[in-house]
Amino acid sequence: MASIEMKNIVKKYGDGFPAVNDVSLDIDEGEFMILVGPSGCGKSTLLRMIVGLEDITSGDMVIGGKRVNDKAPRERNLSMVFQNYALYPHLTVFENIAFPLRLAKVDDAEVTRRVNEAADVLELHEHLERKPANLSGGQRQRVAMGRAIVRQAEAFLFDEPLSNLDAKLRGQMRTEISRLQRRLGITTVYVTHDQTEAMTLGDRVCVLRKGKIQQVASPRELYEQPVNLFVAGFIGSPPMNFLPAQLDGSRLTTPFGHIDLDERRAAAVAGRDLLLVGIRPEYFEDASLVDEAKRPLGSVFTARVDVTEWLGDSQFAYIPYEAPDEIRSQLRELSKELDAEELRTQAIVSIDATSRIREGRDAEFWLDSRKVHVFDPTTGENLTRDAEAGAALTRMAAEDRIEQVQSEQGQGISAA
Amino acid sequence: MRYLFRPPAAEAAGLLTLPWHQPLEEWDEDLLLEVPQRGISRHVVRFTASEGRVYALKEIAEPLARHEYALLTEFEGEGLPSVSVLGICFDRPDDQQAILVTRYLEYSMSYRYLFSGPRAEQAPEQLLDTLVQLLVRLHLAGVYWGDCSLSNTLFRPDAGTYTAYLVDAETAERHGSLSPRKRAYDVELARERVGAELMDLAAGELLPEEIDPIEVANALPGRYEALWDEVTREEVFRADEQAYRVAERVQRINELGFDVGEIELVTSAEGARLRVETRVAEPGQHRRELVRLTGLQVQENQALRLLNDLRSFRAYLEQRRGEPVPETVAAHRWLTEVYLPVVHAVPPELAGRLEPAEFFHEVLEHRWFLSERAGFDVGTWAAVRSYVQYVLPRTPREVTTPSVIAARS
Repeated sequence: MASIEMKNIVKKYGDGFPAVNDVSLDIDEGEFMILVGPSGCGKSTLLRMIVGLEDITSGDMVIGGKRVNDKAPRERNLSMVFQNYALYPHLTVFENIAFPLRLAKVDDAEVTRRVNEAADVLELHEHLERKPANLSGGQRQRVAMGRAIVRQAEAFLFDEPLSNLDAKLRGQMRTEISRLQRRLGITTVYVTHDQTEAMTLGDRVCVLRKGKIQQVASPRELYEQPVNLFVAGFIGSPPMNFLPAQLDGSRLTTPFGHIDLDERRAAAVAGRDLLLVGIRPEYFEDASLVDEAKRPLGSVFTARVDVTEWLGDSQFAYIPYEAPDEIRSQLRELSKELDAEELRTQAIVSIDATSRIREGRDAEFWLDSRKVHVFDPTTGENLTRDAEAGAALTRMAAEDRIEQVQSEQGQGISAA
Repeated sequence: MRYLFRPPAAEAAGLLTLPWHQPLEEWDEDLLLEVPQRGISRHVVRFTASEGRVYALKEIAEPLARHEYALLTEFEGEGLPSVSVLGICFDRPDDQQAILVTRYLEYSMSYRYLFSGPRAEQAPEQLLDTLVQLLVRLHLAGVYWGDCSLSNTLFRPDAGTYTAYLVDAETAERHGSLSPRKRAYDVELARERVGAELMDLAAGELLPEEIDPIEVANALPGRYEALWDEVTREEVFRADEQAYRVAERVQRINELGFDVGEIELVTSAEGARLRVETRVAEPGQHRRELVRLTGLQVQENQALRLLNDLRSFRAYLEQRRGEPVPETVAAHRWLTEVYLPVVHAVPPELAGRLEPAEFFHEVLEHRWFLSERAGFDVGTWAAVRSYVQYVLPRTPREVTTPSVIAARS
C-alpha cells in the first residue's frame, strides 16, 4: 500500500491541448480518492497517468515515495479493478481468483495463502471450490475484486466501473466497493462522472474541470462550502439554484424577494453590483409549514408554481424566474459544461411532502437565508465561502474514516 | 424504440419483426439459432437467422453499443479484420440496454474448437501467431483493444493458415498512433487473458496435455515484439546493398502477412535509411486479382491458391490449343469447368463444414497427397471423390456454418 503524490502534472496531446493542466494532488496511504467531473475534464487521463498507460508531459508522479514517470505499467504494481471480469466456466472460483498468480509462477503455498485471505475479506470462502456458474451478480464482481487483491498491489484503481451496470447492481456494488476498501484499507483512486457515486464513496473528492483541479475536499465540504459556481452546480441533486441578485448594502434583491446577509458575508461581497446567489433546494420550505421560531431566520416570498412533483416521502416545486440576459447566458454556459440539460432559469425547491401547494397558483415560500452562498457572476468565485468551516468538515470526515477502517478491519480479522 | 443502421442493410428489414421490446434472454427459442462456435461473453448474446444470413445480437449499455457500432464501421471501411456491424436497437422499453447487431462471420471457428479439436496439435503456435498478427495490425492502425483475448477473436481457416478477426470492440479506442506504453499494456492484458482462457480449457479437459497454458501465454509478448519490430523497424545499409535489401524487406513483410504501403528511402553519405509503411488492411493483392478475374470473394491465401490453379489451367489450355489463351477467357472457363463443379461436389449433408474456397484448397492438397502415394498425378476428380468420401465426413458436424444450418431448418 502506498501514497500517491502528483506534482504539477501536465498532459498535452500532439495538438498542444492540455488535457490535464498543472494538477497537484496528494492521496494518502489508505485513502479513498474520487476523481470526478463532466466528460472531457481530464479525470480518466489522470488515472491513466497513475497507471502508466499515458505518458506524462511534465510534472512528477510519485507512488510510495518513488518517482514512477518512466516506469511501465507492469513495474508500478497497481491494480485496475474490473479490468477483466470475465469468469472462466471450467475454473473453480479459487482458480478464477488465482490465475494472475499462476501466470506469474508464484509457488502453490503462497497462492493458497493469498487466495484464502482474499476470500475471507470477500466472504467467498464457501464458494472457492465451486464453479462460477451459480454465483450471483454481486459475487461475480467480488471474484473480479479478488483478482486485484491477490496481486498485493500498492493501490486499487477504478475507471467508471459501475457506469454500465444496471441500477440495482450498481447500488449493490457501490456498497461492496466501499466496504471492501475500508476492510483492506488500501489506497484507492476511483474515476466517475456521477456525482452521487462521488459523494457516497469517497473520503475526499477531487473535482476537475477542463484539466484543472477545482476543489479537493470531503463530500460534505464540497456540498456546504464549494469554491465556485462550477463545483456548487456539479455537486448535489437536484442541483443548487442560482438567482440573479442586486446588492444594496447588506441586502440582496432577487426574483424571490430580499435576502439579508450577515456581517461576514456582507463584507465579503461589498462593493459589487450584480451577483449570483446560490440556494440549495432544501433551503426552501412551504411558508405555511414553517415553525414560528424558525421564520425570522429567513425570508418569505410569493411565487407562481409551474409544476410540483410529489414523491411520497418528499416533494419538489418548480418555480420559473426572470433573469437579465447576461446572467441567462452565464447559466446556459454552466449547464452546458455540466452536461446538464435544463436551462436554469427555473428554481427547483424542496418542500415538505404534506405541503398542499398547487401547480399554476401563487404560493408563499420561506427561504433559509443563513446558508446561501453568493457568487461573482463573471469569475464564478464563491465570495462567501467559509474556508475554516469547510476545513473542519473535511477533518471530521478524516476522523470518521479512521474509525471506520479500524472497525471494519477488526471485523475482518474476527471473521477470519 | 429506435433502430440505427447503415445502408446497405436491406437484409435488416427481415429482422425488424423480431421482439426487440423483450429482453434477449426471454426470446422464443424458435427465433434463435444455436451456434457452437463462440467464446465467453459477459453479456447476453444470441444468434438469429434471416433470409439465409446469420446475425449475432448482444445486449449492452447504449453508450457502449454506439461506440462499438462506430468503431466496427470504421474498421470495416479500412479493411481491418473485424466482424461486420449491421446496426443497433436502443430506447427499448423498461430502460433495457441496447442491442448491437453484427453479421455472423461465416465459417469462423472459436479458439475452444481449434485448441481442443482434431487440429489441436498444430494449433497453439499458429493460433497465437495469428492473434499476434491481428494485434499488430490493430496497433499499426492506432487501435488500442483493451480486451484482446481468444474469446474476443474468431479464426477462419485460410488455405493452411488462419486469419483472426476482432469480434468485440467494446473497450477499443482509436488514436492517431499508439504509444509504446499503450501497446505494452494491451499486450500485457492479452497475455493474461489468453493464459486464463487456456487454463480454463485445461481445467475442462479440452486442451491436449502437451500444451502448457502458462508457457503459451507467456510467449505472447515476445512474439508480439518480434513481429512489431519486423514490420516497423527502420534499417540502415550501404548504398550498394540498396536494391536487394529493399526487395528483401518487402518480401519478408509480405511473408508475415502484411502489405507494404509506401517505402521511404533516404540516402546520404553514410548509406541508405529505409522506412517502410506497413498497411493495416488485410493483405489483398491476390484477393483483388481473383475478384477481377472470377468475381470470387475469398481470403488472401485461398486467393493465392486459386490463382495458381487458374494459371496452371490456362497453361494447360494453351498447350492443348497450341496458341495463347487470353487471361479472361481462361478465368471464365476455369470458373465454370473447374472451380464451380468441384465445390458443388459436396453432398448436401456435408455442406457448410468448409468454406467453398477452403474446400477447393483441401481438395488440391488431397490431390497432391494421393499423387505422391500413387506415383502419378491422380487428377482433380479422383481427388474430389476421395476427399468427399473419406476426409470431409471426418470434419465435425459442429463446424457447420450457421447460415447452412439455418437454411436446412
